[in-house]
Amino acid sequence: MRETNPQPAPTAGATILEVSGLCRSFGSVKAVDDVSFSLSAGMSLGIVGESGSGKTTTARIVVGLERADTGQVLVQGQDRTARHAGRGRAHRLARARGIQMVFQDPYLSLDPRTTVEAVLRETLRLHFPKADHTGRIAELLGQVGLGPREAAALPRRLSGGQRQRVAIARALAVEPAVLVLDEAVAALDVSVQAQILNLLADIREQTGIGYLFITHDLGVVRCVTDDVIVMRNGRVVESGPTAQILAEPQHPYTRLLLDSVPRPGWDPRHIAAARRAL
Amino acid sequence: MNTPTTVPTNVPTSAAANVPALDIQGLHLRLPGTARPVLAGVDLTVAARETVALVGESGSGKTLTSRSALRLLPLKATTQGAVRVAGEDVLTMNPDQLRRLRTHTAAMIFQDPRAAINPLRRVGDFLTESLRLNAGASAAEATARATRMLEAVGLSAGALRQYPGQLSGGMLQRVMIAAALMGDPALILADEPTTALDVTTQAEVVGLLDDLREQFGTGLLFVTHDLGLAAAISDRVYVMYAGRIAETGPADALFNRPRHPYTAALLNSTPRPEAPQGRLAAIEGQPPSIQEELTGCPFAPRCRFATEICTERMPEQLPVPDEPSHLVACHHSDQLAGSLIDA
Repeated sequence: MRETNPQPAPTAGATILEVSGLCRSFGSVKAVDDVSFSLSAGMSLGIVGESGSGKTTTARIVVGLERADTGQVLVQGQDRTARHAGRGRAHRLARARGIQMVFQDPYLSLDPRTTVEAVLRETLRLHFPKADHTGRIAELLGQVGLGPREAAALPRRLSGGQRQRVAIARALAVEPAVLVLDEAVAALDVSVQAQILNLLADIREQTGIGYLFITHDLGVVRCVTDDVIVMRNGRVVESGPTAQILAEPQHPYTRLLLDSVPRPGWDPRHIAAARRAL
Repeated sequence: MNTPTTVPTNVPTSAAANVPALDIQGLHLRLPGTARPVLAGVDLTVAARETVALVGESGSGKTLTSRSALRLLPLKATTQGAVRVAGEDVLTMNPDQLRRLRTHTAAMIFQDPRAAINPLRRVGDFLTESLRLNAGASAAEATARATRMLEAVGLSAGALRQYPGQLSGGMLQRVMIAAALMGDPALILADEPTTALDVTTQAEVVGLLDDLREQFGTGLLFVTHDLGLAAAISDRVYVMYAGRIAETGPADALFNRPRHPYTAALLNSTPRPEAPQGRLAAIEGQPPSIQEELTGCPFAPRCRFATEICTERMPEQLPVPDEPSHLVACHHSDQLAGSLIDA
């Protein structure tokens, strides 16, 4: 069933995503300013920042929804930023098999007129036209914890958490090397968010897929990433292993972000003062 | 209280009368076409100058509870019980009284400031509209108060001439807070007011709300899904599940010694930067649908302490031993004594 995928399964530890010197300006605003990082197979990298930090623009350049002014994005060694990367259908499909994205709002990222099963079938038919997909659809649904009742349902019959599971299944359908998750759990309730985060951990363990996890939530970063980069005003201000950065932040902005997480004994006035000082 | 002369003085001020800013007693709310009430006997009070957090997930009824204080209820909703704001029952008010309530006595701050303001009107028009239309204030009087309120939230009078599109999300939420303060309310209802904001901006807005509550003597009901935020900012917390109050008590008691399995499970499933890496203790399953009739505890199907009695009888809200202000609706709350958080 999988032989239709031309790309070899990434071996553990191999670099599957390499981003170097990424820059992107909108008018006079440098949205992304010299951003570099790399991601190995089976690993999870977090990009943390607030609105305007450039984290979403970076993600959009990585998947190809936005073009970089300068810099390079290599997915499994293939250059995706170059203008000669190929515009044809075959090239586009090949690029889609390298990297997939799950968006923040599960209410907006699914076609309201298409059932869950049809969503998956359409994606599979597009990428693997010759195979029979019934088994694979059941496998994908099982992987994200959905049953036959949900498979036959339209998105409006599903809860937010179930829709996000569908979006994840759709992204996994093409067996990408990298999954980009842009605030993929931010719109979910706490208990549903925990279910989805656990699901993502399981999927990574089973498939060896790499995650690029865009979020503003340091709790989520702690939970699902191995390494993290902290962005502010388009630049990377700090990067390293997640455990180390959260335990001993070096940059004052990282410290401010950590202090801003509400907890008992939290002092919002102190944080506001620190923010103005920065 | 620096009640300005532009505001009529017949407004009941709860701080003086020592009545609660908000007092909800046995509120039931039913919508047509549902199998069970959306709110099933909610009791909740907010004293003057008090910050109370109302925590729950989507569909728990927390937003409906807070909106009931302004009688902003869905069409065809039927209610039972009493909702008193500064001593007056909102559910029985005539349109005139209701207008006065919404202008002067209680104000609401919504989650998304951009959705709550007309983008084609200047901030000044937005701030002064209600005072000019409903309180008969002159343009000059209303503008003077708007300027003072903008200064109170840390913005300059220049913002009066600006359009919403020219302000950032954090600044616009300050405008919303200024608008809430325009009528000098006894009660502010804040429905997820920081969810759409960045974390550092959230701290700023929360600090501001707390300062203003102190300065203006208002009661604050803070609706949120974030138990950590609730514990950080409030005096008391109510945790809602499926239209009922599952647990209520002082913030530190709920956070450190939860007695309802749902509160404990919510705390355990929240990812925290200082927590160990790895899987979260997620709550399996989903809250009961509104089409499902409930005979016992609504949390029973997801609860690891559930026994026969849980599916047969609705638990009553009872005080925790030695903690009279800590109430919990659970048949097995004694099993959570000790540290469930460490379990």
